[in-house]
Amino acid sequence: MHPAPSVILFTTFSGLGFGLLFWLGIGMPGPTGWVAFTFFAIAYLMAVGGLLASTFHLGHPERAIKAFSQWKTSWLSREAWVSVAALLVMVVYGAGLVFWGQATVPLGLIGAALSLLTVATTSMIYTQLKTVPRWNHWSTPALFLSLSLGGGALLAGQVRFALPLLSVAATVQIIAWMTGDGRFRGRGTDIGTATGLGTLGRVKAFEPPHTGTNYLLREFVHVVGRRHSMKLRLLSLLLGYGLPILLLMLPFSHIYAGLAVVAHVAGILASRWLFFAEAEHVVGLYYGRQ
Amino acid sequence: MTELPKTTARKLGLVIDLDTCVGCHACVVSCKGWNTENYGAPLSDQDAYGEAPSGTFLNRVHSYEVQPAEGTAKLIHFPKSCLHCEDAPCVTVCPTGASYKRTEDGIVLVNEQDCIGCGLCAWACPYGARELDAAEGVMKKCTLCVDRIYNENLPEIDREPACVRTCPAGARHFGDFADPDSKVSRLTADRGGMDLMPELGTKPVNKYLPPRPRDAAQDIDILAPYLAPVAEESKGFVAWLDKALSAIPGGSN
Repeated sequence: MHPAPSVILFTTFSGLGFGLLFWLGIGMPGPTGWVAFTFFAIAYLMAVGGLLASTFHLGHPERAIKAFSQWKTSWLSREAWVSVAALLVMVVYGAGLVFWGQATVPLGLIGAALSLLTVATTSMIYTQLKTVPRWNHWSTPALFLSLSLGGGALLAGQVRFALPLLSVAATVQIIAWMTGDGRFRGRGTDIGTATGLGTLGRVKAFEPPHTGTNYLLREFVHVVGRRHSMKLRLLSLLLGYGLPILLLMLPFSHIYAGLAVVAHVAGILASRWLFFAEAEHVVGLYYGRQ
Repeated sequence: MTELPKTTARKLGLVIDLDTCVGCHACVVSCKGWNTENYGAPLSDQDAYGEAPSGTFLNRVHSYEVQPAEGTAKLIHFPKSCLHCEDAPCVTVCPTGASYKRTEDGIVLVNEQDCIGCGLCAWACPYGARELDAAEGVMKKCTLCVDRIYNENLPEIDREPACVRTCPAGARHFGDFADPDSKVSRLTADRGGMDLMPELGTKPVNKYLPPRPRDAAQDIDILAPYLAPVAEESKGFVAWLDKALSAIPGGSN
């Protein structure tokens, strides 16, 4: 799949932002006044900024409001509803903390649940696709959720939870990579079933439909980037999980915490790039690729 | 709207005969010609006369080489467009309701006024049947020429999809799969019409007819005896030349 910067930024930052909102919603930390304002501002910048970035890849962003209509079948539509609900509930909860120093606990808990649900709906947009076997697996929502919780805990300064959650996320990430590499082949979809000609013999793509490229190849058949995938996997493991975990284990300092956040974001951006670049769409089979 | 109908009154679709298709791409051209100036936004091209031309097509013809366990390889031309699946994954993922499957005839269409161009339907389609138009920012797909097949302004002979109407080999057939006696249903039954990627559970309406087995070339050739050498021994000038040339070093065989 084409690793579009807008979607990489969207999934990374909205995941972190909603993760932070989750921790704020359950009152960990439970700041008030200006400190609360800063925490909520960071969370909203990430969550809303991510959502806005995702509209950049739309052909007609001015019609985005229509995306709320099909919640019965579409995960993208459900994500639109849940994310707006989470942001609205958390704005009321946050206002209580900032202006009145008052935590409305039930509101915070509802907001926290909606924030996690938002990340779950985002992950289901990818998980539901049978056409991309690498994503069509429980490890996709597990990774998105554990990352959001772990990254959110890191931003919220909840070291006690960030350490185990980031370790869990790292484990899920390794599982996703290791099982994901063979899943396409494991599903039994190949050029033979794609063309229906597999029963006659060995099928080889002889000639593509056009000499030039097209939307399908640009969007779904991304092969160039996979060459460096091993190096990038190591880099994203080190930056996204290893370094933050190490820095969190040192005696607390704001510089170390800041470094941990920067390293985490950089590592997750790299792994999200891989998430798209390494994902093989079955349509590539028609072009003799995988 | 993006809930799929449980059943459709008719199931309009295509049968594509891989035995007959000659790979001339006439269906590609007629499809682009008709659909760029009728239903919805035009099918744009980018850099059409430049170094890297690219454009939106609703129908593309691939070519595959199939090597059987024995015998020679076969070249098979393979037209591919929307299969108007009964369980169309492209429809249910659409967040705006722009994508829908018609209850009356099963055609899968895009209402371009509602399309936000998110591309998720194209991600969900295993067949590459949907292409986001780079100029218009909306999703384009085969409409089964919905603006031809019911068009009473056209002569009756033209009320079928442009690709079917134009195919010079008769490799494309249009009809109602819900009617077991229709031409397309009979062709599918007689020739073992197949689904593409059936394991993905999309239940495509369009069917592909596999190439028929070819006759095997036989070793016995009734003309072979007449081609046997007539003169085993040469005489005269030819015999001298043969001997002379054989005498040259490296000349003998």
